[in-house]
Amino acid sequence: MNIAVTGLNATDNPGPGVPVIRSIKEGDGFKGNLIGLIYDSLEPGIYMENLATKCYLIPYPSSGLEQLYQRIVQIHENEKLDLIIPCLDSELYGFAKIQDRLNALGIKTFLPTIDQLNIRAKDKLFDFCQSSGIKVPKNILANSLQDMYSIPTDFNYPMAVKGIFYDAYIAHNFEEALSAFNKLRVKWGYPIILQEFVRGDEFNIVALGDGKGNMVGAVPMRKLYITDKGKGWAGVTIDDPILIEISKKVIGKIKWRSGMELEFIKSAETGEYYLLEINPRLPAWVYLAPSAGQNLPYALVKLAMGEEVETMTDYTVGTIFVRSSWDLITSIKEFEKIATFGEY
Amino acid sequence: MENFIIPQNVAISDSGFLFQAATGESFTLNEIGKLIVKMLQGSSTVEQIVGKVCEEYDTDPRTAERDFEDFITQLKHYSILK
Repeated sequence: MNIAVTGLNATDNPGPGVPVIRSIKEGDGFKGNLIGLIYDSLEPGIYMENLATKCYLIPYPSSGLEQLYQRIVQIHENEKLDLIIPCLDSELYGFAKIQDRLNALGIKTFLPTIDQLNIRAKDKLFDFCQSSGIKVPKNILANSLQDMYSIPTDFNYPMAVKGIFYDAYIAHNFEEALSAFNKLRVKWGYPIILQEFVRGDEFNIVALGDGKGNMVGAVPMRKLYITDKGKGWAGVTIDDPILIEISKKVIGKIKWRSGMELEFIKSAETGEYYLLEINPRLPAWVYLAPSAGQNLPYALVKLAMGEEVETMTDYTVGTIFVRSSWDLITSIKEFEKIATFGEY
Repeated sequence: MENFIIPQNVAISDSGFLFQAATGESFTLNEIGKLIVKMLQGSSTVEQIVGKVCEEYDTDPRTAERDFEDFITQLKHYSILK
């Protein structure tokens, strides 16, 4: 089986490609090749030994879906791909749009629909949670500078100011909110999400939906170490049935078809969970799931290939991941292969 | 007398390392802390715990009881105690 995976950017803001590949390779009975699809010739996953058998540069989705599709056709001629697993938020809409064409080539995907992607989008999350009885911080969408000057007075500081795809800042006053707004609108466009700040601890859960409303598995985690970019650099699996139940509810309601990450904050005041975000793909810490007993990336592969997957409910509580920074050494000759020829 | 319950998902090792599985928090307790938590897990009464502390350590019941109450407050704060 030949599986292509994106998101090999194992940087300080890591993509999930490396742990997804690592998990699949450890899947019980897995035989096949993992191929990296990369956007930049310096994505660290390219240079990791025993990870991807081959890597190919692909065009950014912003350069047009036809270009992306044609590049995949080229790669498919060499690699005879069976499955593509896109791992980055920003490319999911593009891949969802071309999934039928990929299917016609014999390349499977296991993606949510555009409607499902829209339901959980950051600008729609508030309405979804409200209608589903899930607690969510108050939120305002800013679609222009004028909106920033019209923030209701009962919307207190600090507040979280978030980009539509990535990035978030905590603003303690209007000036800080405005500064964050300007950075985010230039980088990610509108809308900018202004979210009530709930004080408490962060909890995340990785889950997999089968597209029929069933949750195939889920592993909750508490971040033990958070970088200045807000990324979990260490975490531990925890035992909290409430988080599992909320995830089941979300997947059941959306009939989610893919991996997802739910981000929660547990209010220090009330002890209640507030759903902050639904990320539409497996997270960068997903290797914790197989390590704790649920190989969700491999289960995704099986689902994509039309196999039956038994629901997983057990996992080892107290399993810890600690991310590390490790310099990979390569030569300019190796770098040339990917930078010039787009293949490595 | 108040009834103290340590949730089942709180685990403590012989070294005094305490793991709260519901929240992922961990703590390192000293010998007396470990003794108290283990006795609470074993459903000992406050009198029994204070008595044991006085027996094992050089302290009087009044001081031991006051320190016990302080420790209980900390355990509650971290949701280690119901």
